Amino acid sequence: MQQIVIVGNGIAGITAARFIRKLSDHSITVISAETDHFFSRTALMYIYMGHMTYEHTKPYENGFWPKNRIDLVRDYVEKIDKASKKIALRSGKALSYDHLILATGSQSNTFGWPGQNLKGVQGLYSYQDLELMEANTENISRAVVLGGGLIGVEMAEMLHSRHIPVTYLIREKGFSSHFLPPEEANMVSREIRDHGIDLHEKRELAEILGDENGQVRGIITNDGAEIPCQFVGLTVGVHPNIDLAKASGLETDKGILVNQHFQTSHPDIYAVGDCAELKDPPEGRRPIEPIWYTGRIQGKTVAHNICGQPVAYDPGIWFNSAKFFDIEYQVYGDIKPKPEAGVRSLYWEDSAGKRSIRINYRGDDERVIGFNLMGIRYRQEVCEHWIKNNSGIRQVLENLGAANFDPEFFRQYEADIVAEFNRQNEGNPVTLKRKRGLFAGIFR
Amino acid sequence: MRKAGLIIFLCSLTVFLVSLSLGNYRLTHDLVQQTFYSPESVEYFFAAEQQLIDHEFGNQFAFTAALDKTFSAANSRIVADLGITDTDVQRIGDLATSSGAVNYSESILAQAFPGPTAPHAFKKKALFDHTGWMFGREYADKDAFLADLNTKVPAINRQLIADKGFPDPAIKDLKFSLTKASTIGIIKDQRLLLAIICFLGSCLGALLYILPGIKEGPPGIKNNHIFQHASTNRGWIGMITGGFLIGFYILLYWWPEYITNWVLLLDGVSLSISGNPASQWFLYGFMYCLAMVVMGIRMIIKYRHSNYQMIRTVSVIFFQVAFAFLIPEILVRLNQPYMDLKNIWPLDYDFFFNGWLLNYDGMQQEGVAVINGGRVGFLMLVWGIALIIVGVPVLVYFYGKRWYCSWVCGCGGLAETLGDPYRQLSDKSLNAWKVERWLIHSVLVFAVLMTGLTLYTFFSGSWTVMGIETVSIQKAYGFLIGSAFAGVVGTGFYPLMGNRVWCRFGCPLAAYLGLVQKFRSRFRITVNKGQCISCGNCSAYCEMGIDVRWYAQRGQNIIRSSCVGCGICSAVCPRGVLSLENGPEKGRYNGDVLNQPIHVQREEVDVLS
Repeated sequence: MQQIVIVGNGIAGITAARFIRKLSDHSITVISAETDHFFSRTALMYIYMGHMTYEHTKPYENGFWPKNRIDLVRDYVEKIDKASKKIALRSGKALSYDHLILATGSQSNTFGWPGQNLKGVQGLYSYQDLELMEANTENISRAVVLGGGLIGVEMAEMLHSRHIPVTYLIREKGFSSHFLPPEEANMVSREIRDHGIDLHEKRELAEILGDENGQVRGIITNDGAEIPCQFVGLTVGVHPNIDLAKASGLETDKGILVNQHFQTSHPDIYAVGDCAELKDPPEGRRPIEPIWYTGRIQGKTVAHNICGQPVAYDPGIWFNSAKFFDIEYQVYGDIKPKPEAGVRSLYWEDSAGKRSIRINYRGDDERVIGFNLMGIRYRQEVCEHWIKNNSGIRQVLENLGAANFDPEFFRQYEADIVAEFNRQNEGNPVTLKRKRGLFAGIFR
Repeated sequence: MRKAGLIIFLCSLTVFLVSLSLGNYRLTHDLVQQTFYSPESVEYFFAAEQQLIDHEFGNQFAFTAALDKTFSAANSRIVADLGITDTDVQRIGDLATSSGAVNYSESILAQAFPGPTAPHAFKKKALFDHTGWMFGREYADKDAFLADLNTKVPAINRQLIADKGFPDPAIKDLKFSLTKASTIGIIKDQRLLLAIICFLGSCLGALLYILPGIKEGPPGIKNNHIFQHASTNRGWIGMITGGFLIGFYILLYWWPEYITNWVLLLDGVSLSISGNPASQWFLYGFMYCLAMVVMGIRMIIKYRHSNYQMIRTVSVIFFQVAFAFLIPEILVRLNQPYMDLKNIWPLDYDFFFNGWLLNYDGMQQEGVAVINGGRVGFLMLVWGIALIIVGVPVLVYFYGKRWYCSWVCGCGGLAETLGDPYRQLSDKSLNAWKVERWLIHSVLVFAVLMTGLTLYTFFSGSWTVMGIETVSIQKAYGFLIGSAFAGVVGTGFYPLMGNRVWCRFGCPLAAYLGLVQKFRSRFRITVNKGQCISCGNCSAYCEMGIDVRWYAQRGQNIIRSSCVGCGICSAVCPRGVLSLENGPEKGRYNGDVLNQPIHVQREEVDVLS
């Protein structure tokens, strides 16, 4: 039996702990300074909006941890002593380890704006940030949110739920245009405006203004306009939290550098999740991917590596999802904001401009490489299957109903996108053979 | 507009509550004569009453107390006149032991009660019926004989009250009908106006409050502030609402004589539908329908982005208003048996003994099974049995239990409309799940046993099994499960324990449907492989208390006997992870997809949960 110590109780650290328990009888200790128990970080917004309480965001009951002999420690790791394989905690205690996993997550970015440390200026990442936001947004009459990423739009929705007028500045034209193609980016921008958010595209922050009490009173934009507000949400991305790793002499760049097995420069120490940076990422993937799903896959992979089943990181076909106000977003495979050379993009959008399907495929051999869905749900398994098996666009379109994952009685749009394809490619039209679902028809 | 609606609703509710105190009550001779069946009981009633007939009472409490007193006095008089007294017992004892040893026979009775008319003839007959088995028996002494005789006296006198006087069930009915019929004053004179204020006013107010929801932002999930508002987070508004509902059900089931004013308001409506004046059950059915229609409109507005939710809501409203409310009333108008054709045993627990179907009142004497209601009654019996043994398994196989629980059922319909604001209050813990499984299956066993005994009585003609009266089991079931659990707890606790308390913990039909769903069905909630972010919305809004997330986050399809297929988990999911589907049984149980290691071949070891 070995001592496994995990720093951080987010999705990566906790998944590692769960799988180590599945695979071994090792002693497992998870240390977190943030909360006593694992909670879903992605659900923080729903606590603020009153959809749920904090308790609801815990994926496992409190009794789950003792039952599975996973020790939870609420503390802060001050130091790692690599030589003696010990960590020192803020409480003064020390813990020995055989394997140490760092899953320390991210920190919100700030870019040195004047006034960024004023009261009422904050990011949103941790549970403490949520509590702070609760306090900072009490009785305010306007908020400014900055940054065209997922946390920004979530923050705008949160504030909107409390009937706080929101001015939302994004640097680009079209929301999240660093990963969304222009049509989808514009759709999200429209959706944000349809909810009454005062969205300013191509506008940036120059300075945050404070009053005599050190409280934010407004901002000045890069074109000199002053917007009075009592709250500024800085959601301009996150960066890996590597302070502990750096101080302990581990090799770092933007994140904690790891190999395919999530080993750091020190073989007994691993890093997974937001804080890890792959020295040699899989093809088509970024070295740091601060998203829920990769955290989960990485946690699982590191557990196997520690438990004597060495396996290289293989996250499979890229997928992600989000929800922008009422528009759900799903992506499978390779969708770039601008198709690379030789890639064709089949795009259909409904007349209301709230739903779209995009299928990217290669111009030469017509094989499908990615799906982008707005306001429509598709099956991950089916989309992955097509991408993995190099299915051609015509075959995919013929069977597109098999990918539909919307609830029953919803209008199905597969025929529309097939018609769009046929309009673009005259002669030899594709016929939609399969309507909704793998399971359509009672007697099949 | 919302505020105006709320004010109108609260005003109507206040008038509704105050109307309970608006009646005066005066009982007349004529009324008694019209209401009572036997002239004998009328006589005793008049003889016993003091300051009741033609006296005016200011409230129903004093009035029903006076009624109680009169019934009890009348019963005492009947017992005094016709019952077996201590003197009678002594006289029989003396006569039976006149020759020394105890010798009890028919001729002793004839000596004791020589008169050819009542009360002698009556007493003689009663003793003959109840103590005939003692004739010629040997007793050690007189005391032993008298002891035996005395044990039979209470039963004789109870039977007497049942035959000639006012037994408890009759008192309950009479108190209700006499109170309602004796009502005078403003509640009676202005009942149309009051009915309009109470029922139309509250609906109008509620709709004014609900309808502006259409304009509140684009369609989509609207769960803002649910856990921050006192009406939906077990706050003070929820407590008051729960208290009101619980109080309503308690009065409805056990003290309907106190809410006759409400019933009176609906006499006109009832007459126009069934041709009969309203009963408390008509009031209940009427309010049930109104609540479902109004709150159904709310449901449709709230989920107007989802065809599944809208169609389903229209369906439950239709089945409630047409099948549970209008059709039975119209059947009565056509002199046919009252029947809710969509209600299925064992939820419809008295299906086999509800007075028209298998009537064993006739059997008591003859031991003959009677199917009442003529040809229509017989068809209804066949229809009901077909639903139980064919309808349930076949439809659950193809569509899951949702076809009934959240598309057809009245209890489910109320839960999905009136109860929707409270769905998040169900307990998701493992402990609650354990309690649920024990409780609901126990109720199913109880229901099956109770019905088995009923059918045994029906076919064998025997009223007791191992010394237990089958009727008493039915009564216990009706009280504990039919009224207390399904009504008081099931609906009264909406704002405290969520909207499916009954369906989850108590409904024996749900248990039956669930067993089929679990083991032989094409229905499942498919999980979209790895897309779950463990946010917890699905679990939070599952009215059945299923921890949906536990399955979703491991990519495992959700197949639970309790799932009623309301589809809300799929609706509230922000990442498109869940979809209710019917498909081949093969691959339905897909295990934990995400826990299967990626590209690692090995044996699975389960984590306890």
